[in-house]
Amino acid sequence: MNLDQALHTFVIESRELLEDMEAALLAARGASERSEFVNALFRAAHTIKGSAGLFGLDAVVAFTHVAESLLDKVRAGAVALDDELVELLLQCHDHLGALIDAVDGGDDPSDARWAAPGASLAAHLRARMGQPAPREEALAAVSPANHWHLSLRFGQNVLRNGMDPLAFLRYLRTLGTIRHIVTLPDAVPALDALDPTACHLGFEIGFESAADKEAIEQVFEFVLDDCVLRILPPNARVSEYTELIHAMPEEPARVGEMLVRCGSITERELKAALAAQQAAGTSAPIGQVLVELGRVQPAVVDAALAKQQRVRELKAQESRSVRVDADKLDRLIDLVGELIIAAAGAHTLARRTRNVELMERNETLSDLVERVRDSALQLRMVKIGATFTRFERVVHDVARELGKDIALAVSGEDTELDKTVVEKIGDPLTHLVRNAMDHGIEPADVRAARGKPAQGTVRLNAYHDSGSIVIEVSDDGGGIDRERVLAKAVERGLVEAGRQLTDSEVFALLFEPGFSTASQVTNLSGRGVGMDVVKRNIAALRGSVDMASRPGAGTTVTVRLPLTLAIINGFQLAVGKSVFVVPLEMVEECVTCTADGEHDYIDLRGHVLPFIRLRELFALPGTRGARENIVVVRHGGCRIGLVVDTLLGEAQTVIKPLAPMFARVRGISGSSILGNGDVALILDVPALMQQAGARARPAHAAA
Amino acid sequence: MSGAFAIEGELTIYRAEELQAALGEALARDPALQIDLSHVTEFDGAGVQLLLAARKAAPRLAVVRPSPAVLEVFELLDLAGQFRSDA
Repeated sequence: MNLDQALHTFVIESRELLEDMEAALLAARGASERSEFVNALFRAAHTIKGSAGLFGLDAVVAFTHVAESLLDKVRAGAVALDDELVELLLQCHDHLGALIDAVDGGDDPSDARWAAPGASLAAHLRARMGQPAPREEALAAVSPANHWHLSLRFGQNVLRNGMDPLAFLRYLRTLGTIRHIVTLPDAVPALDALDPTACHLGFEIGFESAADKEAIEQVFEFVLDDCVLRILPPNARVSEYTELIHAMPEEPARVGEMLVRCGSITERELKAALAAQQAAGTSAPIGQVLVELGRVQPAVVDAALAKQQRVRELKAQESRSVRVDADKLDRLIDLVGELIIAAAGAHTLARRTRNVELMERNETLSDLVERVRDSALQLRMVKIGATFTRFERVVHDVARELGKDIALAVSGEDTELDKTVVEKIGDPLTHLVRNAMDHGIEPADVRAARGKPAQGTVRLNAYHDSGSIVIEVSDDGGGIDRERVLAKAVERGLVEAGRQLTDSEVFALLFEPGFSTASQVTNLSGRGVGMDVVKRNIAALRGSVDMASRPGAGTTVTVRLPLTLAIINGFQLAVGKSVFVVPLEMVEECVTCTADGEHDYIDLRGHVLPFIRLRELFALPGTRGARENIVVVRHGGCRIGLVVDTLLGEAQTVIKPLAPMFARVRGISGSSILGNGDVALILDVPALMQQAGARARPAHAAA
Repeated sequence: MSGAFAIEGELTIYRAEELQAALGEALARDPALQIDLSHVTEFDGAGVQLLLAARKAAPRLAVVRPSPAVLEVFELLDLAGQFRSDA
């Protein structure tokens, strides 16, 4: 691994840690008990600092050091993690993100661009360190029955790993009271022989606490691998102390003396223990002795085992996953696309030869190619949860900016979709969420007047629906004023006055360019740009966007996206010599066309089904055949029929984008190359539906 | 007459090597050195260890005028009594 690669790994890991940090901060904000999040924060800062040090990124180390020191104080209970501090740490998180981005971009993070904001943040952090938080009287009612004895020897690498042994003791104090402590100079060499970066410190501690053993052990979580820690429970038997005495590297008499100094055993007990020890001469390990004596509570053992199990699973998972460059995956998927086209070509030729054996082999091959395609595409599928999590921060920031109390509720995080889609959906979603917060959710007084909870909710939901992924952004706000939208649309000349529009048609107007009903222009939205951009971005992903709203109850924006942008299962249709493809998931059924020339709808088992004649729509040459077929397609709860000459059946379709000069062609979303080398056009079903709806309306109005 | 040796700023892992050398030289000249800690701003485990190591080399050395940062650590580790000091 060369340095560039290592640096790249550092960048990726740092970003992951920063994500953890942000998640912990946001979770802490809503929690009453915040201490559990402090460890995650500390770990993030600590690890970034350590790794940055390896690369000599002094600016990152210096800044992170200040943050880590403060977090250390928070961990020790000396500084409270209040809302203000969470806010400050969020800013630090952003600054660190900027520094990491700079590193990633090949810039020097010590550049003045970052130094100034860094210095100001660091000053704020230092200011917080200076003002100690009111120390809570931790765990009252400490009695001698709560007297634990801790023997602690730090490993040589503790300092080198960037830990300060003292930090653990400060943290320990949050769990109880250190009654007595003996700092052991025994292992520390004389000055000239000392390696000042190796840790030789050891402590014997008499500790009063009502906490359980696991909690005490947790204090030393970060150094458990690199220290010797023995914890004797309150009222431990003398024999256990005997074991301890012999387990420690120091002379038995010396350890015994320290135990007495810590108040853990009496002088008389020590003498008895040492004598008994010499007489018996046992050397069983202390853990075994503890279990034999039944001193260790079963819960502690179970918890320890469960924890080990978790660690093991985590490690196993780590070794099961591989980081792959996204470019490599894209190349693989391109190749699979070519493979599908080539296989289709071979398939067509094989059929022409009428060689049964060759055709059979080709079937097997096609089957395998299909499976390779599915596996390759699966590689790019990611859960949408990570994207949703990012909105915690967006909601937090925007809510502050707006002065509204708004919570984010997330569901369907496990829904998977293509990585390229995930990357491109972020901006449109951000806009929708901001919009919901800004325009959707009412100010607190209005909410109170309407009898709603003061805290507004923005909801993100995702699920799969017939080959698409559906993402919903909803709010429990005031809903959309239909009449106001309509009035504005008439004023702008988007619709004629007096026309009857359905609700969804009215709401669709909001996505028209230049449309905005916000009477108040805010920093966030309401400038009349945005919703049309959202629609355009989503359309570029071959998706669609709809809006539904109930006055006073809220608004839901539904975004539908194809699962993948590269390869789909297609259904091929032909009109004359032109071949078209619709995504197979959208095809509901195929029926023989029974309509005469007059109507553009049929009666399908008692329901009206509007249809489009593709020959007329695309002005294709040729006349209607004697037997036409209707392909019934469904999208987002609507159905229409497509009238075609022949049905060619199912085929894998590699989507090739259309050249920009065809971008304005309605009803076509892409192209594909057939097995015989011809080009097929992929139909844009949502756009066709809109067209069908637009043509159907005057007909209804007339009827 | 005992000499004085003042440590200013951080007495931490970041300066441990530098201070080890300086302290070693000073102790070679005067084993009953008075180490003035009044201007120590940060004091960590490595700093504690450095002082313990110095005392092993020169049992007669004294730590004087500990700063608030030093006192906090001395209190935490119950070390005040271990160093001959005027604090």
